[in-house]
Amino acid sequence: MNIWELDALELGKRIKDREIGVAEAADALLDRIEATDGEVNAYVSTFRQEAAARAQQVQKMVDAGEGKGPLFGVPVSVKDNICVKGMTTTCGSRMLYNFRPPYNATVTDCLDKAGAVIVGKLNMDEFAMGSTTETSYMGVCKNPWDTSRVPGGSSGGAAAAVAASEAFYALGTDTGGSIRQPASFCGVTGIKPTYGTVSRYGVVAYASSLDQVGTLGRDAATVAASLDIITAKDAKDSTSVAHPDGGFYESLSGDIKGMRIGLPTDYFGEGLDPQVKEKVLAAAKQLEQLGAHVEEFPMPIVEYVVPAYYIISCAEASSNLSRYDGVKYGFRAEHYEDLYDLYLKSRSQGFGMEVKRRIMLGNFVLSSGYYDAYYNKALKVRALIKKAFDEAFQKYDMLLGPVAPTTALKIGENLDDPLKMYLGDIYTVSVNLAGLPGLSAPCGFDGQGLPVGMQLIGPAFGEKRLLNAAYAYQQVTDFHQKKPQ
Amino acid sequence: MKYEIVVGLEVHVELSTKTKIFCSCTTEFGGEPNTHCCPVCTGMPGTLPVLNQSVVEYAIRAGLATNCAITRNTKFDRKNYFYPDLPKAYQISQLYLPICRNGGIEIQVGDQKKVIGIHEIHMEEDAGKLVHDPLEDCTLADYNRCGVPLLEIVSEPDFRSAEEVLAYLEKLKATLQYIGVSDCKMQEGSLRADVNLSVRPVGAQQFGTRTEMKNMNSFKAIARAIQSEADRQIGLLESGGQVIQETRRWDDNKGDSFAMRSKENAQDYRYFPEPDLPPVCISEEWIDRVRKGLPELPDQKLKRYTQELGLSEYDTRMIIGTKAMADFFEATVTLCGQPKEVANWIMGDIFRRLNETDTQPEDMALKPEQLAKLIGLVEKNVINRNTAKSVFEAVFTQGVDPEVYVKEQGLEMVSDTGMVEAVIQKALEQNPQSVADYKGGKQKAFGFLVGQCMKELKGKADPKQINELLHKALGD
Amino acid sequence: MTITPEIVDYVAQLSRLELSEGEKKRVEKDLGDILSYMDKLNELDTTDVEPMSHTLPVNNVMREDVCRPSSDREELLQNAPQKKDGCYQVPKAVE
Repeated sequence: MNIWELDALELGKRIKDREIGVAEAADALLDRIEATDGEVNAYVSTFRQEAAARAQQVQKMVDAGEGKGPLFGVPVSVKDNICVKGMTTTCGSRMLYNFRPPYNATVTDCLDKAGAVIVGKLNMDEFAMGSTTETSYMGVCKNPWDTSRVPGGSSGGAAAAVAASEAFYALGTDTGGSIRQPASFCGVTGIKPTYGTVSRYGVVAYASSLDQVGTLGRDAATVAASLDIITAKDAKDSTSVAHPDGGFYESLSGDIKGMRIGLPTDYFGEGLDPQVKEKVLAAAKQLEQLGAHVEEFPMPIVEYVVPAYYIISCAEASSNLSRYDGVKYGFRAEHYEDLYDLYLKSRSQGFGMEVKRRIMLGNFVLSSGYYDAYYNKALKVRALIKKAFDEAFQKYDMLLGPVAPTTALKIGENLDDPLKMYLGDIYTVSVNLAGLPGLSAPCGFDGQGLPVGMQLIGPAFGEKRLLNAAYAYQQVTDFHQKKPQ
Repeated sequence: MKYEIVVGLEVHVELSTKTKIFCSCTTEFGGEPNTHCCPVCTGMPGTLPVLNQSVVEYAIRAGLATNCAITRNTKFDRKNYFYPDLPKAYQISQLYLPICRNGGIEIQVGDQKKVIGIHEIHMEEDAGKLVHDPLEDCTLADYNRCGVPLLEIVSEPDFRSAEEVLAYLEKLKATLQYIGVSDCKMQEGSLRADVNLSVRPVGAQQFGTRTEMKNMNSFKAIARAIQSEADRQIGLLESGGQVIQETRRWDDNKGDSFAMRSKENAQDYRYFPEPDLPPVCISEEWIDRVRKGLPELPDQKLKRYTQELGLSEYDTRMIIGTKAMADFFEATVTLCGQPKEVANWIMGDIFRRLNETDTQPEDMALKPEQLAKLIGLVEKNVINRNTAKSVFEAVFTQGVDPEVYVKEQGLEMVSDTGMVEAVIQKALEQNPQSVADYKGGKQKAFGFLVGQCMKELKGKADPKQINELLHKALGD
Repeated sequence: MTITPEIVDYVAQLSRLELSEGEKKRVEKDLGDILSYMDKLNELDTTDVEPMSHTLPVNNVMREDVCRPSSDREELLQNAPQKKDGCYQVPKAVE
């Protein structure tokens, strides 16, 4: 078996047992990327030299028996909106095509501490705005299951890389479903943790009150082990909190007897692809057989989550993306008349259309005369959404539903109809609005052989439950082990 | 028609915390461009703000010292606008829930006392500095000041004259210095004011249209600008014109203000709650702790100096006008125990010398120990008052130790009674006519004799002692 | 919500974006569609609901007022498109 075909945890074990060298593993993965990524385009950049140097250091720790954690020495890939000191961090945008941060994101520091070797940066929708990874300035990323289709987004590169065995595990970000939806489209497992439990420092902001870093891997165990690495309170992020119930990997038991799972009927209504519905309901049955109590319940607020999400995320984005003005870093237009024109030209040439659309939408809902009608209204609806989830978690330990209304779309299918694209986020955005953890795991394939994902949603800090339920499910199913040809 | 002016002030004060409001860079003034900066204060992608606790503490102090209500649940908001001195293209400020509200400061103009309302005080970050580069006709941005903490103190539109504005600014400045939140160095821009001004016919209920003059950092310029802008507005109205709501720039050299040109016709700051910063909850205990730590404020000092130390209200107001002088006064009194004597020195020679040398009290070299020693020398009859004045000059200009100086220069009074008696005897012998005049009832002659003795003793004698011994010698 | 060409111009100016005539038309339609859909929120009664900007009940996150070394200037400025004398260089900023 090739090294790149190994599971992340298996590789970690062999590195610890010194059957495989750290450099050997990184090299094998970089060779694999070189061989297959021409077609997938999951990577924006790879760092062979830096990885080799880093692997040597990590190997020394392994040799000294200082390696800690099940993924010590295993290569990792990170989404290109996460800062790695000295390495380009483009965010999939022309605006940052040449930006090299002089600092690390806190999650990058966490990876370093856990003996990870970063091999490259992953493709994404421009500034994480999109659900297809088609809006990247670095080119469209493709779904390894069918390269005429999108991998989902915005962490499309991360999901595609894991699916194509071009990454053992990956760090992504999720503002409205950007980890869970591509995980679903690509047949891998991904988690968006509780807001605040993973630092946002050094992660290029899209919508600050919704953004959260999470991990993607082939299975729940890998996701649990990698989430352990990055879950930490950070003094550099004022919204950061200590997770009161960490140690995810250690606590995986596979026992979900007595677990109360709620199925929100409004997640299974109009607009949901019947095949997706069937697979998710089959997964519910499977969980029931494992001892969980599954029960349907209404959650009518779902109808309002997309407008609330787009108002809030675009408002925050319009402000967060104002700093890209051609003055301090990144792209500056070549020709301009004066300062005002420098701003106009640099921003108009540096940003793609979807980013511009969201910036304008955000500036509109914050502008004088519309703030109360849109932005403040959305903040109130956000409170109602949070309340609806709080009430649901009085009765259930977790919720189960689809991740996306469909399986992977054809490239270009929704690009010209933003509203239709936004509506595809209906099952994922409420998790971000309410700050909750959400997990996506493969639960079957549609008639065309495209992966279908299920979503588990937990109360704040309920990651263990979600990971354990997915782990239990993956003990008795093999969807997560299937790989694209 | 008779008009009255209506002014409201927005005063920006840079706080004297060690570090910036949202990062750990120093707030020290000056430094090479962009050397007091980090990824956070230069707005690099992905960086996040972390609030400096001292800024909140200072804001509470300022609020308590200006009789404000402290907001229990205060939050930050973003104010969005593009300008090269603002690297994030938004300023973290407070709009919806500022930390202090509804306060007031009592001022006095002439005999009239009046309370100026404080609408609110909020915390925010300063912007960077833009310098014009004449060689390439471009602008250079230095972000050293970016993120230095500011308090914006917004008054109600309660001022009706430039004098009231100045009295308020002096009082506010002194208060902020007393509570140690800012050094208020105007030349470094750490206290600056935006002046909102309108005029209306006396007796009118409604306010006129106002204009705003931004970033004024000299009290004198503010007074001149208020007068000039009021005249301009009245002139407009008198000639049937209208005042346009606009921002104007005051040119103190030309003595005139000009409307600012701006490509952005409408300012739409799109304020919204700062998602990167959780709210700050201020407990009763916290407020109490800050209150207990507050030093004595000007109003309390006024009461104590006049009632307990027996100073006049006028002298007290002069002395407590700056924290530096009040501190000097109190330290000197602690050393010598003679408040009136100390006040006299300050009101007389010290203010005179500061004036002559154009020195601010905070920059004065004179030390409390020096003045206390000088007062002590007079009290212990080592030197007389006249000598003390000349010693003061030496102390003030050369920084000498009064005791050492008096010794070195041999300025001690002659205390040997025998020697004084000998001098008196000599004076009586040399001036028989004066003795005769005195005995004939001419009091003036006595003074002449005292002068002769003093001259002989080179001024180094106690006039009281000479008086006594002279009377005795004359057989009174 | 009806989006007019004037609103598009205003919002583009606030956003410091320059749009071609074709883009303006498209933005007018897209924003109109999206905002009309967002008007759906008006179906919900939100009287007495407090707007929620933070989901976690976290507050008073502050640091001590202690200085740390600032960054190396060359490192900070290495990404600047144009610099001079240790400063970021921009066209003349006129008042």
